[in-house]
Amino acid sequence: MMEPGLNHILFISTALFFIGIFGFLTRRNLITMLMSIELVLNSVNINFVAFNKYLWPHKLDGLFFSIFVIAIAAAEAAVAIAIIINLYRSHQSIDVENAEDLKF
Amino acid sequence: MNEILQIKLLGIFSLGMDLGWALLMIPFLPLMGFLLLGLFGRKHMKQSAGIFATLLLSGSAFLSLHTAYGYFFKYGKLEGVYQKIIPIQFTWLQFSPGVSIDLGILLDPISVMMLVVVTFISLMVHIYSLAYMKGEERFPTYYSFLGLFTFSMLGLVMSSNIFQLYIFWELVGVSSFLLIGYYFDRPSAVAACKKAFIITRFADLGFLIGILILSFYAGTLDFNTLIEKLTSTESAEFKSIASASFIGISALTWALVLVFIGGAGKSALFPLHVWLPDAMEGPTPVSALIHAATMVVAGVFLVARLFPVFSMSEVALKVVSIIGIISALFAALIACTQTDIKRVLAYSTMSQIGFMMFSLGLSGQSGEGGLGFTAAMFHLFTHALFKALLFLGAGSVIHFIHSNEMKDMGGLRKYLPITHITFLIACLAISGVPPFAGFFSKEQILLTAYHHNVTIYWIALATSGLTSFYMFRLYFSIFWKKEYIVHGDAHGEGGFVMMMPLILLSLGAAAAGFIPFGNLVSADGKVLESVFHLQFSIAPVALGLLGIFTAMWMYKNESNRPDNIAHSLNSFYKLAYHKFYVDELYLFVTKKVLFSLVGRPAAWFDKNVVNGLINASGNSTVFISEKVKGFQSGKVQQYAIYFLAGVIGLAVLFIYIWK
Repeated sequence: MMEPGLNHILFISTALFFIGIFGFLTRRNLITMLMSIELVLNSVNINFVAFNKYLWPHKLDGLFFSIFVIAIAAAEAAVAIAIIINLYRSHQSIDVENAEDLKF
Repeated sequence: MNEILQIKLLGIFSLGMDLGWALLMIPFLPLMGFLLLGLFGRKHMKQSAGIFATLLLSGSAFLSLHTAYGYFFKYGKLEGVYQKIIPIQFTWLQFSPGVSIDLGILLDPISVMMLVVVTFISLMVHIYSLAYMKGEERFPTYYSFLGLFTFSMLGLVMSSNIFQLYIFWELVGVSSFLLIGYYFDRPSAVAACKKAFIITRFADLGFLIGILILSFYAGTLDFNTLIEKLTSTESAEFKSIASASFIGISALTWALVLVFIGGAGKSALFPLHVWLPDAMEGPTPVSALIHAATMVVAGVFLVARLFPVFSMSEVALKVVSIIGIISALFAALIACTQTDIKRVLAYSTMSQIGFMMFSLGLSGQSGEGGLGFTAAMFHLFTHALFKALLFLGAGSVIHFIHSNEMKDMGGLRKYLPITHITFLIACLAISGVPPFAGFFSKEQILLTAYHHNVTIYWIALATSGLTSFYMFRLYFSIFWKKEYIVHGDAHGEGGFVMMMPLILLSLGAAAAGFIPFGNLVSADGKVLESVFHLQFSIAPVALGLLGIFTAMWMYKNESNRPDNIAHSLNSFYKLAYHKFYVDELYLFVTKKVLFSLVGRPAAWFDKNVVNGLINASGNSTVFISEKVKGFQSGKVQQYAIYFLAGVIGLAVLFIYIWK
């Protein structure tokens, strides 16, 4: 069985990134959009871990960074959900199409 | 120079510490009246405004008489020459150590004489207006404006430097504007006050430029220093102003002619006279004060004040005398044809001011030659008395009959006996019939003309004949001509309050000629021996009487003689009746030439080019922002696409192009 190399992992991470971007751009539900953002962040985490393991196996910097990103993502999710709840209170919906008040 | 002034100043105060205060109070009492009545009059002093202002002014009149007595008989003379005294002076605006604008009071024979004239006439008008303006809605406002005018006129005559004089000059212009437009609900009064203001302002532009030239070369604004520097042919200042020239005429002449234009505008001399007849829209007592006795002679006063400088320039004096005689004759011709009694008086004023002006223009600086100066000042003095009297008399006629038109009058001598007598005295005085005041002053003027310029003498003689003709035309048309039929309830003459000023002024008009004026006012301050030539007086008096009898023949009884004569003089009569079409000429020049050739193109340029540029920048901003604002759509995902596109673009840039 072939040992998976760096390229394979980078391929998965790139795919994950664009799946997230696609979800963010096409979904209308804000919760789903938030989930897409999590996918993008996780693709970045995979990158960090993969580069750390394959290029500098004696260091831990990439791991630290991915833990850091997870923490930030948690905080960001809390803030985003708070915004979504408030939006629901005022607009009775969490559809991004309805949240168009901030225009010219 | 300053040391001499200092000594004089100390000398004055040793005569009495109160003099400075008394002098200051003369203009400040009317100013106080203006401020108090202007601020509180309409609410709290509706009834008492007139009395209050009259009391203040009588204080000021008393102080002026006191000053005049003191100046002429106690401290004015030093070794037989009347001095120019500056009792009060302080620096107002200091520009640099050498250049400053001062405020001060200058006493010399003409300013002291003007003090008396202004306060006396103003007091008479104040008293007269108590009855004449009674019941007016804006009674206190009227008195406050009168106070403002009196203050500014007194300030004008006492000014010790030319800039201060200019300030007060404009102030009298403003108060004249306010009083002409007193009946602001009448469109004609509004038009008249604007006309007066604009024409005099236009003339004052010349005055201001003249002041700037004079003070630039002389290096001072102060009258005494300026005159001293510009009259000695040795001084550096005189040499520079006389040698500098513009279009072949020396700077001195330019400056003096420009100053004279300012004076001509204020004094309603040809061709800047068109505002004066229209100014008769104001209340009649105001016409008596401002447009007959005081403000309109400010131009004469100005030339007299700068007379030593004027006498350095032949050309300037010539201009003064020619404009003077043209105005005198021109106005007299028009006055013969007008039918509005106040307009006749207005043209008569213009004519008399013309007399004063040419007399000044023909005068010499000192000794016997200075007769013209004394004569002009004397005529100014007597004219103020009889012309104010004529206007106040006309006021009481108008008060009685509620019309300005001659055709509504006639036969009024039975209803207005006192007005009739006083009006007759004034008419005799202005016609130069001895022994009334006008005789003496006009005689001196004619004598000056006879000695210096015979052409002007003949014109002046003819004009004085015309003067007596149109004055008695007025007199007979008002008081004789036909029987007056009273419609409804006729009220009397207006009571004691209105008659007292008439009586006092008629005493003045009858007797003022006997004042030995040459002893008091002369060009060089020395006594001028006035010689009385009996033979010389025969021609003017005979012509005056001829004018009177012609007027009597034409107007004493109703007849068709005036119409016949007017008919036989057809085109000339029409020309004079339409005031020689000067107003039409002004309208043509302003409307057809200035407005259409200068005003309209300028307006077009402003609207299309200047405005167009501003609008173009505004419109292009609006256009661009309309296009750009679509980016901010409020759609979060659209923003995300832009963001993504930007990131991808940068990534491509960094990876493939920038390496």
